[in-house]
Amino acid sequence: MASPMPVPRHSEGVHWARDLWQRFRRRRPAVLGLGLLLGLLLLTAAAPLLTPFDPNQQKLISALQPPSIAHPLGTDHLGRDIFARLLYGARLSLLIGFLAVAIGLVVGIPLGALSGYYGRWADLLIQRFADVLLSFPGFLLALSLVAILGVGLQNVIVSVGVSAIPSFIRLVRGSVLTIREQTYVEAARSVGVPDRRIILRHVLPNAMAPVIVQATLNLGTAILVAAGLGFLGLGVQPPTPEWGAMLGEGRNYIFSAPYMATFPGLAIFCAVLGFNLLGDGLRDALDPRLRHR
Amino acid sequence: MTRYIAQRLIAAAITLLGVSLVVFLLLHLLPGDPARIIAGLLASEEDVAHLRTELGLDQPLVLQYLNFLGNLLHGDLGHSVRTRQPVLDEVLARLPATIQLAVISMVVAGWLGILAGVLAATRPDSLFDYLTSLGTLFGVSMPVYWLGLMLITLFAVQWQLVPAAGNDQPTSWILPSLTLAAFSVALIARMTRSSMLEVLHQDYVRTAWAKGLAERGVIFRHALKNAFIPVLTVLGLQFGALLGGAVLTESVFAWPGIGRLMVDSIFARDYPVVQGVVLVFATMFILLNLVVDVLYAYLDPRIHYG
Repeated sequence: MASPMPVPRHSEGVHWARDLWQRFRRRRPAVLGLGLLLGLLLLTAAAPLLTPFDPNQQKLISALQPPSIAHPLGTDHLGRDIFARLLYGARLSLLIGFLAVAIGLVVGIPLGALSGYYGRWADLLIQRFADVLLSFPGFLLALSLVAILGVGLQNVIVSVGVSAIPSFIRLVRGSVLTIREQTYVEAARSVGVPDRRIILRHVLPNAMAPVIVQATLNLGTAILVAAGLGFLGLGVQPPTPEWGAMLGEGRNYIFSAPYMATFPGLAIFCAVLGFNLLGDGLRDALDPRLRHR
Repeated sequence: MTRYIAQRLIAAAITLLGVSLVVFLLLHLLPGDPARIIAGLLASEEDVAHLRTELGLDQPLVLQYLNFLGNLLHGDLGHSVRTRQPVLDEVLARLPATIQLAVISMVVAGWLGILAGVLAATRPDSLFDYLTSLGTLFGVSMPVYWLGLMLITLFAVQWQLVPAAGNDQPTSWILPSLTLAAFSVALIARMTRSSMLEVLHQDYVRTAWAKGLAERGVIFRHALKNAFIPVLTVLGLQFGALLGGAVLTESVFAWPGIGRLMVDSIFARDYPVVQGVVLVFATMFILLNLVVDVLYAYLDPRIHYG
């Protein structure tokens, strides 16, 4: 496995970040991804200034209106402004993505580190655990968990988060396996530095670069999976605006009001595209050898 | 080689055992009394107690798991709470439709992905290469359920070229298979391009060019043959992912497969069927990975059978 550029400690941090930014900004698609995401965050933060409508306010007399000056993206079957619901829904979709990936990181990193550093039984047990989680293809693990835990914001975050865990276990284990054989780790071990300190101070900081990339890419996946649950009616429940649920509602009006499904889908697509572009750009910037692949 | 296959078989068996434990525990993760949740709030205490006995929920957990395993080995996945039919029968009745959709999508994804990847790699930095990269990026970023709806809007509603739902005629297979294949086409094209670029710089390919072989011969006989090994892994994994992705695609197109059965069963709180479908999906995925691992070792003699 290629050992990518290590993430440095505080003293070297400023130079490292500057170098990283220099390499990153040369990748136009990556800058476009960053721009997309910053734009999305800005729109989300400025939602109350950008639309006078309450995303949950129903007005049946204005139901299913096509895009117009008053309602730039039209209205849904309950007369709610789609633009307002998209803006407020972005908050929830991004929140789910970030918290789910956080769960993946918080559980996956320590397990991956233990597995890679100690090997033997720890490795065997943790890898079989990862194997089992990875045996539920794609969307299925999150769907199975939400089927049992029930619908709602909290359960969606947990379900999507759990399905993100095995990829981080595998990734961190791979990096740690390479790093634990490095001379500086051997040196620390030979002077009696405790394992816990070696892992936290010497191994994990050097394993972080691919984790940052994977976490960025996983943010897109988490948004896709959460929106998929919402689409099936198993995510965040109405009337809360959430992109997947909006798309699911739009499906019922696909023949009469196709814009109801078009715009939430475009929003999901843009957010996921942004994270994918950003992740690819970070990968190239953090590991220059991977460029042009 | 035999030792390697034996090792992979053992690993697959252990993973299957782990999957069976997770699937078994799913029912016990239900918040509250599973029997009450399945029976519904309006069911009488008598009915709930009857269901508890029927599902074996009144026994110690370890015994329940051993019974679950024993039943699995006999092909008994329990009975549907909704229809009272054996879960296995329900799953087997719907499985062919899901496999049909996955196989058609895989063929589409394999052909389009490999072709696009090869053409992009042989014309690096060309407009086609640029468009392929853009297409793969869009493919992996697009929600399949949205793509499905957009295809229905255009091809079934606006232009009325194909049916919007069902699987009763070949024309109705087009939109679901294109939808399901989109993500895989992107990944396969990306992997083929990257793998081909690597192989095209190898000495033996240069020798083939130097010998004056035709472009088609160099690319397909010499380069692609060797670049295919990592692509095969992606193909295998993508077939599994297609099975998982079928849940959403089947819901969009009212395709009568096990993905839709699972969603319907979740809404009906028919947990034995949910468990059965999850188990079948995971088992197929594990077996597919096993086949890919073995094929991979067979095709690449450099792999060390540890």
